[in-house]
Amino acid sequence: MTTAEVALEREVSAPKVGRLRAFFGNPWGKPRFLSVWTWLYIIWSIAPVVIAVQFSFNAGRSRSTFQGFSTQWYEAIWNQASENYDDTLLPALRQSLKLALLTMPIATVLGVGLAIGLARWRGRGAGAANFLMLFPLVTPEIVMGASMFLIFANLYHFRLGTTAQLLGHVTFSISYVVIVTRGRLFAIGRDYEEAAMDLGSSPAEALRRVLLPLLAPAILSSFFIVFAISIDDFVISQFLCAQGCTTIPIKIYSAARNAGNPSLNALATIMMLLSLLSITLAVLILRRYNKRQGTGRSAVEDFARFEI
Amino acid sequence: MATATGDVVGQRRWYYPALAAPGIVWLLLLFILPFYAIAAVAFGTRDQIFALPIPAWNPLEWQFGTFTATLQEVATSSSGLQAQFFRTLIYVALSVAICLVVGYPVAYYIARHGGRLKVLLLTLMIAPFWMSYLMRMLAWVNLLSVKPDDPGLMNRILLLLPFVHEPVSWTVGLVSHLTVILGLVYGYIPFFILPLYAALDRIDRSQLEASRDLGASPASTFWRVTLPLSKQGILAGAVIITLPMFGDYYTPNLMTASPENTMVGNAIDFALNGGQGQQPKGAALTLLLSAFIAVLMVYYLVSVARAAKEAHR
Repeated sequence: MTTAEVALEREVSAPKVGRLRAFFGNPWGKPRFLSVWTWLYIIWSIAPVVIAVQFSFNAGRSRSTFQGFSTQWYEAIWNQASENYDDTLLPALRQSLKLALLTMPIATVLGVGLAIGLARWRGRGAGAANFLMLFPLVTPEIVMGASMFLIFANLYHFRLGTTAQLLGHVTFSISYVVIVTRGRLFAIGRDYEEAAMDLGSSPAEALRRVLLPLLAPAILSSFFIVFAISIDDFVISQFLCAQGCTTIPIKIYSAARNAGNPSLNALATIMMLLSLLSITLAVLILRRYNKRQGTGRSAVEDFARFEI
Repeated sequence: MATATGDVVGQRRWYYPALAAPGIVWLLLLFILPFYAIAAVAFGTRDQIFALPIPAWNPLEWQFGTFTATLQEVATSSSGLQAQFFRTLIYVALSVAICLVVGYPVAYYIARHGGRLKVLLLTLMIAPFWMSYLMRMLAWVNLLSVKPDDPGLMNRILLLLPFVHEPVSWTVGLVSHLTVILGLVYGYIPFFILPLYAALDRIDRSQLEASRDLGASPASTFWRVTLPLSKQGILAGAVIITLPMFGDYYTPNLMTASPENTMVGNAIDFALNGGQGQQPKGAALTLLLSAFIAVLMVYYLVSVARAAKEAHR
């Protein structure tokens, strides 16, 4: 017998545990333990959501026994003739969409201006402004929500509702726009603008005719990122809502434990599709520009490395 | 700049700050000033009749009655508030630890051994990042339902096991704490893995090869090269998830909805959203929480600023 055959023999006759160890523990083989662990993690992290989506298509009322395929729970959102029609679902969807669509342009304009300003402005105050911009990213939402609630109620004397929610959403979105735009700004560098200005254009012209076209992918993708984070937001929306401004996350929060039926899953599925769609668009736009730049990495990898 | 003509230089001086100004003003009015409102309400008084808060905008008029009362309540060992503070600490500590143990191998595997599947693995890893937190909690609410008429899928699966004889009550006793921690880990782990992956992916392979060439075993290469080099990523991930976890109130409310599982965030939510007259107390609690996590926030901001400076120099 050759040594290989001996090894094979031992392998075959080894008890199950030994073979398992051989499978996972071979230091020269593939890191199988890590690979199994990673796939288990991915299944664990995604399966519950997939199951929740599946039950939005349930023919019955249950959220744990699948009784056949049906779209009745989607009809329950908008079809008044449906027997399960719930008149609170469509307003929540509308409110979420309204807030996200209004937040997009305002936050993008403010954020792009802030990003360009901060990247090119070398005077006093730039450092402080930079810090100010980063702060909303690390402030727990409850602190932001509570502080805005308190100032609206006590100083600005602002009725809580859609406008207050919009102001809140813009406030936490600005920083994301700045981060995305700034990354692109650093990649572009100052050369093109300097060249334009050397050729006699003013900073305003250089901005309009050189910088903004170059920034277009970043601006467009931050547009979609703002949509996604706005539509997903719960805490700020809830703190700044009094009546008639229930968004989808607020609806899920208040109904999940008690009044839940598959129509809630249907609503949540719509929200998830909307935000995944807008993020996919954002990533695709960045990817197009990346191909042109030829960094060799995919957009997903860049995103994961925070290099968008 | 030397090549630019005089009036362009003049325009440049104000042009860029002017571009940034609207955003800065917006953040000052709707982000910084509101912070001051927390203090003004916490250190203010209350209308005796309507129990509406009378904020003290002038720091000279600050009164510390409500704030000290709240502090005393936190310091009283039998108070519910103190229990909530301790519970928050324990939940956050355990959740971060579990995120590290579960997440590190995942980030490591994708960064080092992703191979041809790297983009797929990354996409799947990032996907939960972009699903609404509430949607993901709803998924678990369904799975862990204890309603007699519609028991959740989790118990059905567990009952198939030979050693499980009765359905687990997810919302009672010790199990309820585990349920909340499961919710927290599930909710926040993507935010932990991502910066960790970024740190691991940046490690130069030649350093690992050097370690192996010099005779280190794979294990000691990991302990003495990879782990120290990924320390920044671990810390960044831990801080990123710790901050929102300290202010969380929706996870315990969705996962168990039991007073046994409430956190500091629930006390704030109750005081501010629950009813009239509690605003000063809610503001005082928010202030306490902010002071508590300020250290973490400043640490994170300083390290981000330093990293950005190094990256763009």
